[in-house]
Amino acid sequence: MRNDELLRYSRQIILEQIGGAGQEKLLASSVFVAGAGGLGAPALYYLAAAGVGRIGVADWDAVDVSNLQRQIIHFTDDIGRLKSDSAFEKLHKLNPDIKIERFNLQIAAENISDIIKDYDFIIDGVDNFPTKFLINDAAVFSNKPFSHAGILRFSGQTFTHIPGGACYRCMFPAPPPTGLVPTCSEAGIIGPVAGVIGSIQALEAIKYITETGQLLSDRLLTFDALTSEFRTIKIKQAHNCPICGDNPTITELQNTELPTCDI
Amino acid sequence: MKLIINGKEENVADNEQLSLSKLLTLKDVKFPQMVSVQLNGEFVKTDLYESKILKENDNVEFLYFMGGGR
Repeated sequence: MRNDELLRYSRQIILEQIGGAGQEKLLASSVFVAGAGGLGAPALYYLAAAGVGRIGVADWDAVDVSNLQRQIIHFTDDIGRLKSDSAFEKLHKLNPDIKIERFNLQIAAENISDIIKDYDFIIDGVDNFPTKFLINDAAVFSNKPFSHAGILRFSGQTFTHIPGGACYRCMFPAPPPTGLVPTCSEAGIIGPVAGVIGSIQALEAIKYITETGQLLSDRLLTFDALTSEFRTIKIKQAHNCPICGDNPTITELQNTELPTCDI
Repeated sequence: MKLIINGKEENVADNEQLSLSKLLTLKDVKFPQMVSVQLNGEFVKTDLYESKILKENDNVEFLYFMGGGR
Protein backbone atom coordinates (compact mmCIF):
# COMPACT_ATOMS: atom_id res chain seq x y z
CA MET A 1 0.00 0.00 0.00
CA ARG A 2 1.22 3.50 -0.76
CA ASN A 3 1.88 6.01 2.03
CA ASP A 4 -1.01 8.24 1.06
CA GLU A 5 -3.32 5.22 1.11
CA LEU A 6 -2.08 4.24 4.56
CA LEU A 7 -2.95 7.74 5.73
CA ARG A 8 -6.33 7.93 4.02
CA TYR A 9 -7.52 4.63 5.45
CA SER A 10 -5.58 4.80 8.74
CA ARG A 11 -8.67 4.96 10.99
CA GLN A 12 -9.95 1.65 9.68
CA ILE A 13 -6.53 0.03 9.22
CA ILE A 14 -5.96 0.39 12.97
CA LEU A 15 -9.06 -1.73 13.57
CA GLU A 16 -7.97 -5.21 14.52
CA GLN A 17 -10.65 -6.75 12.25
CA ILE A 18 -9.57 -4.76 9.17
CA GLY A 19 -5.84 -4.07 9.38
CA GLY A 20 -3.56 -3.78 6.38
CA ALA A 21 -4.74 -7.11 5.03
CA GLY A 22 -8.39 -6.06 5.15
CA GLN A 23 -7.59 -2.78 3.44
CA GLU A 24 -5.77 -4.62 0.65
CA LYS A 25 -8.90 -6.77 0.22
CA LEU A 26 -11.09 -3.66 0.00
CA LEU A 27 -8.78 -2.04 -2.56
CA ALA A 28 -8.87 -5.23 -4.64
CA SER A 29 -12.67 -5.62 -4.38
CA SER A 30 -15.60 -4.51 -6.47
CA VAL A 31 -19.18 -3.62 -5.52
CA PHE A 32 -22.12 -2.90 -7.80
CA VAL A 33 -24.79 -0.52 -6.51
CA ALA A 34 -28.15 -0.61 -8.30
CA GLY A 35 -29.76 2.80 -7.88
CA ALA A 36 -28.11 6.10 -6.95
CA GLY A 37 -30.96 7.23 -4.73
CA GLY A 38 -31.88 7.21 -1.06
CA LEU A 39 -30.16 3.91 -0.23
CA GLY A 40 -27.50 4.09 -2.93
CA ALA A 41 -26.26 7.54 -1.90
CA PRO A 42 -24.96 6.64 1.60
CA ALA A 43 -23.88 3.19 0.46
CA LEU A 44 -21.85 4.65 -2.42
CA TYR A 45 -20.28 7.37 -0.28
CA TYR A 46 -19.11 4.94 2.41
CA LEU A 47 -17.85 2.34 -0.04
CA ALA A 48 -15.87 4.93 -1.98
CA ALA A 49 -14.55 6.46 1.23
CA ALA A 50 -13.51 3.04 2.54
CA GLY A 51 -11.47 2.40 -0.60
CA VAL A 52 -13.47 -0.29 -2.37
CA GLY A 53 -11.27 -0.42 -5.47
CA ARG A 54 -13.98 -0.56 -8.11
CA ILE A 55 -17.57 0.60 -7.71
CA GLY A 56 -20.32 0.29 -10.29
CA VAL A 57 -23.32 2.59 -10.09
CA ALA A 58 -26.44 2.18 -12.20
CA ASP A 59 -29.32 4.59 -12.54
CA TRP A 60 -31.42 5.65 -15.53
CA ASP A 61 -33.13 8.62 -13.93
CA ALA A 62 -32.35 12.34 -13.70
CA VAL A 63 -32.09 14.32 -10.47
CA ASP A 64 -35.35 15.94 -9.37
CA VAL A 65 -35.74 18.58 -6.67
CA SER A 66 -37.91 16.18 -4.63
CA ASN A 67 -34.98 13.72 -4.44
CA LEU A 68 -32.68 16.06 -2.52
CA GLN A 69 -34.39 15.55 0.85
CA ARG A 70 -32.79 12.08 1.07
CA GLN A 71 -30.57 11.35 -1.95
CA ILE A 72 -27.58 13.10 -0.43
CA ILE A 73 -25.18 12.32 -3.27
CA HIS A 74 -27.06 14.84 -5.45
CA PHE A 75 -26.94 18.59 -4.91
CA THR A 76 -29.25 21.44 -5.95
CA ASP A 77 -26.96 22.24 -8.89
CA ASP A 78 -27.46 18.68 -10.18
CA ILE A 79 -31.20 19.00 -10.82
CA GLY A 80 -31.86 17.71 -14.32
CA ARG A 81 -28.54 15.85 -14.62
CA LEU A 82 -28.33 12.08 -14.88
CA LYS A 83 -28.03 10.53 -11.43
CA SER A 84 -25.27 8.23 -12.65
CA ASP A 85 -23.21 11.28 -13.76
CA SER A 86 -23.95 13.23 -10.59
CA ALA A 87 -22.97 10.27 -8.39
CA PHE A 88 -19.85 9.56 -10.44
CA GLU A 89 -18.63 13.12 -9.98
CA LYS A 90 -19.10 13.17 -6.17
CA LEU A 91 -17.49 9.78 -5.69
CA HIS A 92 -14.53 10.70 -7.87
CA LYS A 93 -14.02 13.88 -5.86
CA LEU A 94 -14.30 11.97 -2.60
CA ASN A 95 -11.78 9.33 -3.62
CA PRO A 96 -9.91 9.84 -6.90
CA ASP A 97 -7.82 6.68 -6.34
CA ILE A 98 -10.63 4.21 -6.96
CA LYS A 99 -12.39 3.31 -10.17
CA ILE A 100 -16.04 4.31 -10.58
CA GLU A 101 -18.04 2.72 -13.39
CA ARG A 102 -21.29 4.39 -14.48
CA PHE A 103 -24.23 2.61 -16.03
CA ASN A 104 -26.87 4.98 -17.33
CA LEU A 105 -29.47 2.32 -17.86
CA GLN A 106 -32.46 0.58 -16.41
CA ILE A 107 -31.59 -2.78 -14.96
CA ALA A 108 -33.44 -5.52 -16.82
CA ALA A 109 -33.40 -9.27 -17.35
CA GLU A 110 -31.38 -8.73 -20.55
CA ASN A 111 -28.46 -6.86 -18.96
CA ILE A 112 -28.23 -7.66 -15.26
CA SER A 113 -26.30 -10.94 -15.35
CA ASP A 114 -23.73 -9.48 -17.68
CA ILE A 115 -23.23 -6.46 -15.41
CA ILE A 116 -23.02 -8.24 -12.05
CA LYS A 117 -20.68 -10.99 -13.21
CA ASP A 118 -17.74 -8.57 -12.85
CA TYR A 119 -18.50 -7.59 -9.23
CA ASP A 120 -17.88 -9.27 -5.88
CA PHE A 121 -20.94 -7.92 -4.06
CA ILE A 122 -24.24 -6.35 -5.16
CA ILE A 123 -26.30 -3.70 -3.38
CA ASP A 124 -30.00 -3.35 -4.12
CA GLY A 125 -30.93 0.31 -3.80
CA VAL A 126 -33.79 0.32 -6.28
CA ASP A 127 -37.30 1.55 -5.60
CA ASN A 128 -39.57 -1.03 -7.15
CA PHE A 129 -40.44 -4.67 -6.60
CA PRO A 130 -39.90 -6.01 -10.13
CA THR A 131 -36.26 -4.85 -10.03
CA LYS A 132 -35.76 -6.01 -6.43
CA PHE A 133 -36.91 -9.49 -7.41
CA LEU A 134 -34.81 -9.37 -10.57
CA ILE A 135 -31.68 -8.51 -8.55
CA ASN A 136 -32.41 -11.42 -6.21
CA ASP A 137 -32.97 -13.87 -9.06
CA ALA A 138 -29.87 -12.76 -10.99
CA ALA A 139 -27.74 -12.97 -7.84
CA VAL A 140 -29.03 -16.47 -7.04
CA PHE A 141 -28.41 -17.66 -10.61
CA SER A 142 -24.94 -16.04 -10.70
CA ASN A 143 -23.94 -17.22 -7.20
CA LYS A 144 -23.36 -13.64 -6.07
CA PRO A 145 -23.91 -12.25 -2.59
CA PHE A 146 -26.17 -9.21 -2.37
CA SER A 147 -27.75 -6.86 0.12
CA HIS A 148 -31.48 -6.30 -0.14
CA ALA A 149 -33.08 -3.27 1.44
CA GLY A 150 -36.42 -1.51 1.41
CA ILE A 151 -37.59 1.68 3.08
CA LEU A 152 -40.99 3.26 3.61
CA ARG A 153 -42.20 6.15 5.74
CA PHE A 154 -40.29 5.81 9.05
CA SER A 155 -39.13 2.22 8.64
CA GLY A 156 -36.70 0.08 6.75
CA GLN A 157 -35.51 -3.47 6.35
CA THR A 158 -32.34 -5.11 5.07
CA PHE A 159 -31.11 -8.63 4.49
CA THR A 160 -28.01 -10.18 2.97
CA HIS A 161 -28.07 -13.13 0.62
CA ILE A 162 -25.03 -15.36 0.57
CA PRO A 163 -24.96 -18.11 -2.08
CA GLY A 164 -26.39 -21.26 -0.53
CA GLY A 165 -28.31 -19.32 2.15
CA ALA A 166 -31.81 -17.89 2.27
CA CYS A 167 -32.77 -15.54 -0.56
CA TYR A 168 -35.33 -12.73 -0.81
CA ARG A 169 -37.89 -15.11 -2.31
CA CYS A 170 -37.58 -17.43 0.72
CA MET A 171 -39.29 -14.57 2.62
CA PHE A 172 -41.36 -13.04 -0.14
CA PRO A 173 -42.03 -15.65 -2.85
CA ALA A 174 -43.43 -13.13 -5.37
CA PRO A 175 -43.91 -9.39 -5.74
CA PRO A 176 -47.07 -7.99 -4.14
CA PRO A 177 -49.94 -7.10 -6.45
CA THR A 178 -49.24 -3.76 -8.13
CA GLY A 179 -50.64 -0.82 -6.22
CA LEU A 180 -51.17 -2.66 -2.92
CA VAL A 181 -47.91 -1.62 -1.30
CA PRO A 182 -47.32 2.11 -1.54
CA THR A 183 -44.07 3.52 -2.91
CA CYS A 184 -41.98 6.25 -1.29
CA SER A 185 -43.47 8.85 -3.62
CA GLU A 186 -46.99 7.85 -2.57
CA ALA A 187 -46.44 7.14 1.12
CA GLY A 188 -43.42 9.28 1.94
CA ILE A 189 -40.03 8.57 3.44
CA ILE A 190 -37.99 10.38 6.06
CA GLY A 191 -34.47 10.92 4.73
CA PRO A 192 -32.34 9.60 7.61
CA VAL A 193 -34.04 6.17 7.41
CA ALA A 194 -32.49 5.84 3.95
CA GLY A 195 -29.19 6.92 5.51
CA VAL A 196 -29.40 4.31 8.29
CA ILE A 197 -30.34 1.42 6.01
CA GLY A 198 -28.03 2.39 3.12
CA SER A 199 -25.13 2.68 5.59
CA ILE A 200 -25.89 -0.83 6.88
CA GLN A 201 -25.77 -2.07 3.29
CA ALA A 202 -22.29 -0.54 2.89
CA LEU A 203 -21.27 -2.22 6.15
CA GLU A 204 -22.47 -5.57 4.88
CA ALA A 205 -20.35 -5.19 1.74
CA ILE A 206 -17.29 -4.18 3.81
CA LYS A 207 -17.84 -7.07 6.25
CA TYR A 208 -18.25 -9.53 3.40
CA ILE A 209 -15.10 -8.35 1.62
CA THR A 210 -12.96 -8.26 4.75
CA GLU A 211 -14.56 -11.41 6.20
CA THR A 212 -15.34 -9.56 9.41
CA GLY A 213 -18.15 -10.22 11.89
CA GLN A 214 -21.55 -11.74 11.20
CA LEU A 215 -23.45 -10.80 8.10
CA LEU A 216 -27.21 -10.32 7.95
CA SER A 217 -27.40 -13.60 6.08
CA ASP A 218 -30.39 -15.73 7.05
CA ARG A 219 -31.58 -12.74 9.10
CA LEU A 220 -33.83 -9.80 8.27
CA LEU A 221 -33.05 -6.60 10.11
CA THR A 222 -35.96 -4.23 10.58
CA PHE A 223 -35.69 -0.65 11.77
CA ASP A 224 -38.55 1.44 13.10
CA ALA A 225 -37.45 5.06 13.43
CA LEU A 226 -40.59 6.05 15.38
CA THR A 227 -39.82 3.68 18.25
CA SER A 228 -36.04 3.66 17.61
CA GLU A 229 -36.14 -0.12 17.55
CA PHE A 230 -33.98 -2.51 15.56
CA ARG A 231 -34.94 -6.18 15.34
CA THR A 232 -33.50 -9.15 13.54
CA ILE A 233 -35.71 -12.04 12.50
CA LYS A 234 -34.24 -15.42 11.59
CA ILE A 235 -34.96 -16.44 8.03
CA LYS A 236 -34.55 -20.09 7.10
CA GLN A 237 -33.85 -21.06 3.56
CA ALA A 238 -37.28 -22.25 2.38
CA HIS A 239 -37.40 -25.71 0.83
CA ASN A 240 -40.39 -24.51 -1.21
CA CYS A 241 -38.68 -21.29 -2.35
CA PRO A 242 -39.59 -20.74 -6.01
CA ILE A 243 -35.97 -20.09 -6.98
CA CYS A 244 -33.59 -21.66 -4.46
CA GLY A 245 -35.85 -24.40 -3.03
CA ASP A 246 -35.95 -28.11 -3.79
CA ASN A 247 -38.21 -27.81 -6.85
CA PRO A 248 -37.65 -24.34 -8.30
CA THR A 249 -40.32 -22.98 -10.62
CA ILE A 250 -38.21 -20.00 -11.69
CA THR A 251 -35.46 -21.14 -13.99
CA GLU A 252 -34.67 -18.03 -15.99
CA LEU A 253 -34.72 -14.25 -15.55
CA GLN A 254 -37.89 -12.44 -16.52
CA ASN A 255 -38.93 -8.81 -16.70
CA THR A 256 -42.19 -7.89 -15.01
CA GLU A 257 -44.16 -4.78 -15.81
CA LEU A 258 -43.08 -1.74 -13.83
CA PRO A 259 -46.01 0.05 -12.29
CA THR A 260 -46.33 3.37 -14.06
CA CYS A 261 -47.08 5.32 -10.88
CA ASP A 262 -43.72 4.36 -9.42
CA ILE A 263 -41.76 7.52 -10.20
CA MET B 1 -54.48 -16.42 24.58
CA LYS B 2 -50.88 -15.29 24.79
CA LEU B 3 -49.06 -14.88 21.49
CA ILE B 4 -45.68 -13.41 20.64
CA ILE B 5 -46.29 -11.03 17.78
CA ASN B 6 -43.28 -9.37 16.17
CA GLY B 7 -41.24 -10.11 19.29
CA LYS B 8 -43.78 -8.70 21.78
CA GLU B 9 -46.01 -10.70 24.07
CA GLU B 10 -49.67 -9.92 23.45
CA ASN B 11 -52.94 -11.20 24.79
CA VAL B 12 -55.34 -11.85 21.97
CA ALA B 13 -59.06 -12.54 22.42
CA ASP B 14 -59.75 -16.17 21.61
CA ASN B 15 -63.47 -16.77 22.19
CA GLU B 16 -63.41 -18.96 19.15
CA GLN B 17 -60.63 -20.69 17.30
CA LEU B 18 -58.20 -18.06 16.12
CA SER B 19 -56.94 -18.59 12.61
CA LEU B 20 -54.01 -16.75 11.13
CA SER B 21 -56.33 -14.86 8.81
CA LYS B 22 -58.45 -13.77 11.79
CA LEU B 23 -55.31 -12.55 13.53
CA LEU B 24 -54.40 -10.54 10.43
CA THR B 25 -57.83 -8.88 10.60
CA LEU B 26 -57.41 -8.21 14.34
CA LYS B 27 -54.02 -6.65 13.68
CA ASP B 28 -55.51 -4.45 10.98
CA VAL B 29 -53.59 -5.99 8.10
CA LYS B 30 -56.06 -5.09 5.38
CA PHE B 31 -54.60 -7.18 2.59
CA PRO B 32 -52.92 -10.50 3.42
CA GLN B 33 -50.81 -10.10 0.26
CA MET B 34 -49.07 -7.14 1.93
CA VAL B 35 -47.25 -9.32 4.44
CA SER B 36 -45.31 -12.50 4.63
CA VAL B 37 -46.11 -14.44 7.81
CA GLN B 38 -43.73 -16.57 9.82
CA LEU B 39 -45.28 -18.90 12.40
CA ASN B 40 -42.75 -20.35 14.87
CA GLY B 41 -39.94 -19.74 12.40
CA GLU B 42 -41.63 -21.22 9.33
CA PHE B 43 -43.22 -19.22 6.54
CA VAL B 44 -46.92 -19.95 5.98
CA LYS B 45 -48.28 -19.98 2.45
CA THR B 46 -51.01 -17.36 1.88
CA ASP B 47 -53.64 -19.98 1.00
CA LEU B 48 -53.17 -21.65 4.41
CA TYR B 49 -53.94 -18.50 6.48
CA GLU B 50 -57.61 -19.55 6.87
CA SER B 51 -56.90 -23.06 8.07
CA LYS B 52 -53.90 -22.34 10.31
CA ILE B 53 -55.23 -22.25 13.90
CA LEU B 54 -53.03 -20.48 16.45
CA LYS B 55 -52.25 -21.84 19.89
CA GLU B 56 -50.89 -20.47 23.15
CA ASN B 57 -47.32 -19.08 22.94
CA ASP B 58 -47.17 -19.20 19.15
CA ASN B 59 -44.56 -16.88 17.73
CA VAL B 60 -45.90 -14.85 14.82
CA GLU B 61 -43.86 -12.48 12.68
CA PHE B 62 -45.42 -10.20 10.10
CA LEU B 63 -42.81 -9.24 7.52
CA TYR B 64 -43.94 -6.27 5.50
CA PHE B 65 -43.07 -5.67 1.88
CA MET B 66 -40.88 -2.61 1.58
CA GLY B 67 -40.21 -1.56 -1.94
CA GLY B 68 -38.75 1.90 -1.53
CA GLY B 69 -35.11 2.68 -2.09
CA ARG B 70 -34.75 5.87 -4.04
